[in-house]
Amino acid sequence: MPLPFSSIPAGAAMPDITLQAFMAQLTIGLIGGCFYALLSMGLAIIFGLLNIINFTHGAQFMMAAFLAWIGLTQIGPWLGYPDFQVSFWVALVLAPLCVAVFGMAIERLLLARLYHLDHLYGLLLTFGVALVMEGGFRYAFGVSGQGYEPPEILQGPVDVGFMLLPKYRIFVVVASLLICFGTWFLFERTKLGAYLRAGTENPRLLQAFGINVPVMITLTYGFGVALAGIAGVLAAPIMQVTPLMGGNLLNIVFAVVVIGGLGSILGSMLTGLALGLIEGLTKVVYPEASTVVVFVIMALALLVRPAGLFGRDV
Amino acid sequence: MRARFIGLALGASIASLTIPALAADKVSDGVVKIGILNDLSGIYSDFTGRGSAVAAQIAIDEMGGKVLGAPVELVAADHQNKPDIAANLAREWFDQGKVDMIADFPTSSTALAVMEIAKQKNRVTMLSAGVAMAAINEKCSPLNAQWMVNTYALAAGTAKALLKTGRKSWYFVTADYTFGHSLEKDASAMVEAEGGKVLGVSRHPFPGGDFSSFMLKAQASGAQVIALANAGSDTVNAVKQAAEYGIGRSDKQVIAPLLTYITDVKSLGLAKAQDMYLTEAFYWDYDDRSRAFAEKYFAKMKRMPSASQAAVYSAALSYLKAIEAAGTDEAGAVMAKLRTMTIDDAVIRNGHLRADGALVHDMLLLQVKKPAESKRDWDFYTVKSVLKGEEVFPKPSDACPLNAKG
Repeated sequence: MPLPFSSIPAGAAMPDITLQAFMAQLTIGLIGGCFYALLSMGLAIIFGLLNIINFTHGAQFMMAAFLAWIGLTQIGPWLGYPDFQVSFWVALVLAPLCVAVFGMAIERLLLARLYHLDHLYGLLLTFGVALVMEGGFRYAFGVSGQGYEPPEILQGPVDVGFMLLPKYRIFVVVASLLICFGTWFLFERTKLGAYLRAGTENPRLLQAFGINVPVMITLTYGFGVALAGIAGVLAAPIMQVTPLMGGNLLNIVFAVVVIGGLGSILGSMLTGLALGLIEGLTKVVYPEASTVVVFVIMALALLVRPAGLFGRDV
Repeated sequence: MRARFIGLALGASIASLTIPALAADKVSDGVVKIGILNDLSGIYSDFTGRGSAVAAQIAIDEMGGKVLGAPVELVAADHQNKPDIAANLAREWFDQGKVDMIADFPTSSTALAVMEIAKQKNRVTMLSAGVAMAAINEKCSPLNAQWMVNTYALAAGTAKALLKTGRKSWYFVTADYTFGHSLEKDASAMVEAEGGKVLGVSRHPFPGGDFSSFMLKAQASGAQVIALANAGSDTVNAVKQAAEYGIGRSDKQVIAPLLTYITDVKSLGLAKAQDMYLTEAFYWDYDDRSRAFAEKYFAKMKRMPSASQAAVYSAALSYLKAIEAAGTDEAGAVMAKLRTMTIDDAVIRNGHLRADGALVHDMLLLQVKKPAESKRDWDFYTVKSVLKGEEVFPKPSDACPLNAKG
């Protein structure tokens, strides 16, 4: 394993990289990890309570990004007021809410009919819904993608010593860490969280105590989807907004959830961040393997701890 | 059902009455049918897709909808970028659909599959969007024309122009699959042949999401040119994220995407794409003739044509003119005629079709305008120079048996 310091002579297979560049790559890895953490947490929450493997997560992520883009560039002309815009900050709240309401409608109308069946049916349904959503956006907006400018206050880079880091990326890291921590706190340290965890454990008993479990399930699904929505709006200024942006990311996020342990909130958050860093490091050493490495770790994790690193053994 | 049948029968008898007996002798099945096979729903649908069929229709209309007295018809289908689907559709079109020529093919694998079938059935293929070198090298066919560009010509245009300005040190950011590798290989060979140096390569997974890591490595290499050997959303994301980090914003280090379509620039926006050098075979705002075609297209599509869509227009027009000149729609005779013609229309300039199927013609070295310089939507490029076909297209390869014959 080559050490990433400039004092090491650059050999044939050894990447010639300075400490500065190494730090820069780690930081980029951390930014990627934040998206993994946000997305995988939503998946973990949904799986924990609903036992549904939510394949629409990527499409919901994409939908929020599109809503933000529509708000910023399209809605004014549509309404006949070309100057009217929904700013990034408003979109950051509004788009996840819209996506959550859309998600809850899907849960009430479709998913709720499948709870008594095998996991596989939920997976197939959500996968189908995702394909329909992607197809719809592709039909309406094409595939080349749309650009989304970050708000003015977050444009441009700042010098953080070892690199020029775009302000927007710093904002993404801070915002996602706050949201992750808040979610963890909500689920693990509050009374509401206790109900939710009890619902995971034994929904019937909880219902017997007078808690409206179906409503709780719907709201939880909405919350998980809203997390995907927040990630989508955060991603819009970084990635091109395209109908396929979520699908591409989702494969990796699923691996993250499996490694962290299905249903473990803390696990998916920490695993997401860690895998972002590992992916970043792989890009330094051997970029060709940067996607594969996540799946190699998943295979290893499944061999050693089938329930995931943070999962409870069943 | 019954009414429809009667309608069909009536239509067929009227059609057979209107076709002059003369045309029936010269044109097989009494109709010249052009098929457009491309991506109508997937990642390549913006620069080919429905627009390609619209472009072909413009060509047919310009010919008056008829050639040698026989009607010209158009069909289009989605090959979903899958060679097996493309092959099945092509077989059906040739066997039952009376299709004489199929054009477009944004995915090289579909192009190669259909070329083989067309050769067996004695029909013509015109790759207006297919850019694989194999189509004019080891897989070349006497009944095929690569009617726009190939990866070599695209790389050569940009690479040679940048080398001429003294930018000799290069770094490649390459999509890690066959297409990216061949683009990188061709471009590096040119760089080294001109006394330049390749300082490093980052090969990214396909499709990639976050390119900042690769772009930072490229920046740190100190190379004068960061060449992107990828396409579509990968190119767009790489350029966009480079702009975020302020990479490629000075004259000391420029970003050069080796395969870019006008749809990519549209998607990026001029603020992000400004100052980039790129090579395209067609730009709508090049001169009065190209503008006249583009406006016709715009009237129907509300977008300007991409180089691939424009190529479909030129391919269909030249194909029909060749039928007229040859006096028959027999594939071999039409191709022989095409090879003797000088192709000069709204899209292709100084074009000659070679034995191996490469259409050698002028290309454009372009620079993306700054937002302030752009006067309207789709006003994206400044034409830096016209590159002569002989300078940018590869020499005939020995891998193609048609070249060996002389």
